Amino acid sequence: MASGIKDKVVILGMGCSKFGERWDASPADLMSEAFEESLADAGVDKSQIEMAWFGAGIDTFNVGSSAMPLSIALRLPYIPVTKLENMCATGTEAFRGAVYAVASGACDIALALGVEKLKDVGYGGLPQRTRGVENDMYWPNLSAPGAFAQLASGYRAKHCVDKAELKRAMAHISVKSHTNGAKNPKAHLQREITEEQVINAPYIAEPIGLFDCCGVSDGAACAIVCTPEIARALGKTNLVSVKALQLAVSNGEEAGFSNWDGSYLKTTRIAAQRAYDEAGIRNPREEISMTEVHDCFSITELVTMEDLQLSDEGQAVRDVLNGDFDADGRIPCQIDGGLKCFGHPIGASGMRMIYENYLQFYGLAGDRQLKEPRLALNHNLGGFPHQNICSISVIGRYE
Amino acid sequence: MSGITAYGAYIPRNRLLKSAIADANDWFDTSLRGLAKGERSICNWDEDTITMAVEAGQDCLSVLDAGSVSSLYLASTTLPFLDRQNSVVVSQALNLGDRLRTMDVAASQRAATSALINLLEFGAAKGNSLLLASEHRRSKCGSRAEMLWGDGAAAVAVGNEDVIAEYLGCETYVTDFVDHYRGEDSTIDYDWEERWIRDEGYMKSVPLAVSRLLDKTGVKASEIAHFVLASDKARTPAAVAKKIGIAAEAIADNHIGDVGVAGVAHPVLMLTEVLEKAKAGDLILLTGFGQGTDALLLKATNAIASRRPRTGFNGALARRREDTNYNRFLSFNSLVDRDVGKRGELDKQSYLAAMYRRKDLLTGFSGGKCRDCGTIQIPKEKYCVNPACGALDSQDDYPMSAVKGRVMTWTADRLTFDWNPPAYFGLVEFEGGGRLMMDFTEVEAEAMDSGVEVSVHFRIRQFDNQRGFRKYFWKATPAQQ
Repeated sequence: MASGIKDKVVILGMGCSKFGERWDASPADLMSEAFEESLADAGVDKSQIEMAWFGAGIDTFNVGSSAMPLSIALRLPYIPVTKLENMCATGTEAFRGAVYAVASGACDIALALGVEKLKDVGYGGLPQRTRGVENDMYWPNLSAPGAFAQLASGYRAKHCVDKAELKRAMAHISVKSHTNGAKNPKAHLQREITEEQVINAPYIAEPIGLFDCCGVSDGAACAIVCTPEIARALGKTNLVSVKALQLAVSNGEEAGFSNWDGSYLKTTRIAAQRAYDEAGIRNPREEISMTEVHDCFSITELVTMEDLQLSDEGQAVRDVLNGDFDADGRIPCQIDGGLKCFGHPIGASGMRMIYENYLQFYGLAGDRQLKEPRLALNHNLGGFPHQNICSISVIGRYE
Repeated sequence: MSGITAYGAYIPRNRLLKSAIADANDWFDTSLRGLAKGERSICNWDEDTITMAVEAGQDCLSVLDAGSVSSLYLASTTLPFLDRQNSVVVSQALNLGDRLRTMDVAASQRAATSALINLLEFGAAKGNSLLLASEHRRSKCGSRAEMLWGDGAAAVAVGNEDVIAEYLGCETYVTDFVDHYRGEDSTIDYDWEERWIRDEGYMKSVPLAVSRLLDKTGVKASEIAHFVLASDKARTPAAVAKKIGIAAEAIADNHIGDVGVAGVAHPVLMLTEVLEKAKAGDLILLTGFGQGTDALLLKATNAIASRRPRTGFNGALARRREDTNYNRFLSFNSLVDRDVGKRGELDKQSYLAAMYRRKDLLTGFSGGKCRDCGTIQIPKEKYCVNPACGALDSQDDYPMSAVKGRVMTWTADRLTFDWNPPAYFGLVEFEGGGRLMMDFTEVEAEAMDSGVEVSVHFRIRQFDNQRGFRKYFWKATPAQQ
């Protein structure tokens, strides 16, 4: 039986660009900004990187296809570079590629970098785009908020939750993330907001209002990974290692067959259990110190708390309103501000989350530093509630 | 005995108050105010002649075995495609199979009555022929036509069994009387003076054709129980009836004040109302006016009351939603150049080869039923969706356009581009099985929730204005609203 990825690979260095409306920055600018930080942090030279994995989400509006944009932007010395796209899991997928390469022994040091330039599109929100020749013929005319807003209708119907109560819990999620994001100099949105603002904001897709949506930003993040032995040989101490990397991809069953009721994410539940098994986590509520989840919309974060087994089913509204996932709660969620405040440059988000784990483990998180974090869980969700890709990474102290 | 065996009607739910038209336009033409009584039917943005024909056809098929239909004619002067047989699209949406005679009949306001004559005179010896008449009217902003016309569709089936109105004969008078015309490069009619059209057109042409028909069939004008003459000139049918000697109470209502005159569809639509109220033995005189006159004589049989369609004319008339937004009507009919935003700029190319591969799903709303495990699924794919089965190539076609569903999840999306925001969509679970994440249409906000029953309707999905194409697919609508 496979032994899994736990503790086979550590993070040698990380970098993350400032996220935001980077009007004057090209994708190459963002890539080099994150890359130079990671090189300095890792204490290695570019020539020591043997392989790279490149995550970029929306070809049409970003860097175009293939791995060349990364190789050209960083002037990589003709090393193997692989381009990855897997919707919102793209960043985590790039990380997975680099980690697996190191674990396999194919190389000693690998780079994973994700970038997305969303603000060249010319309007707010994710770009309106084709979904493929056949899908465009019958898929509904949906935006991302529209797709995820349906979680609210499914959740309300299943748990008989009052509309206003659910909206209030959703508002709490956004308020909490803004409170955290205000303490993060790399976040796009760095100001606090109030519950009233969230509740009274115009609807984007019922019941999702403007402040229930994450930002839309440009950004890049990257990681340089190697084995624990190599990291030690390079003088790195207090190592941070990969505990689990899991992915669950819908096969059409939720949408087309099963008794899935639209109130949760089936893929998250599957990927989470696999990740806990891989990481050896028996009681996630006791063992996980922090989560960075895919809060593309507040309702997504709410149901994800249940899908990750951090709230009992039907109790996320109560737990959220109780502050369980606030900075001082039992398991802080989006301590860096989340997608809510960083926005969601698709290719970068997964590694932006790991970057925050990394800062927290090394005590570098400034005003938002948590006390002795041990294990962090990161979660991305690409697609729509009825068919999607869920990636989960668990990062922790190498003990 | 041959004659009419079934009928069906469709009137778009949206009814624009004529006062809204007058409010917006009487600064320019004060005479519009005098016409501003009642309302008119208007197509939703996603409705056209094809989609309305499908609706009327479905209504007709509620009392007719689809397997008995051997031909389908679609009559209209507003066919969405000049070269792509529109009646084939309709027939496939109605799942009438691939051994059907189909034909589009166009280019005159009497297209439908002429097609009906053709079916009655030369129809199949066995089975039924279906005539669908449908019109999505186009008129200029602030015109009298905009005030007097409406959109709609109607269906009649012709056959030899279960006849509800026996065919007694027809007569056609042909003359190149140009009361209006529409050239090949125009979408809008150009018309002549109303008084001339009435005096030289209706008053001469209709009595001539009718008198020839009455002579031929040996029927007296006074015996006519129902006289169908479509006209947007309110007093013309009565004047014509009087001249012929038809009783005033026999004149069928043109419904100018609550539907509007629906062009080619209108004589058939009026006929559906007549068939709904006719008694056994009633003589029905159906006329069609345009470059002459078609006249047909029908006699209601004892079966007349036994084959009422699911909705019918009165059902369609009653299913209404008041609309006062004239500006939206202009948008839907491309009479204003609306700023659709950058999201509206997305290229809408249709890939015809792929569309053809998927035509059973796209046009017929056909899913699959697994022979191994019985699971119903839509779309039909290579492997059965049931994880306990997963059989390869195990599904038979399974048409689902008549299957009711329930909303599981939904939203009203204001971000995505839509011609009538918010865009409603959601996950629908169908009775018996099968689920689809699909667009909704004509949703009234208060009618939408998880658990709501929906029916599916053939609608326009997207316009590709760059290439003059439009895509169709099925959308869900709350069944009870």
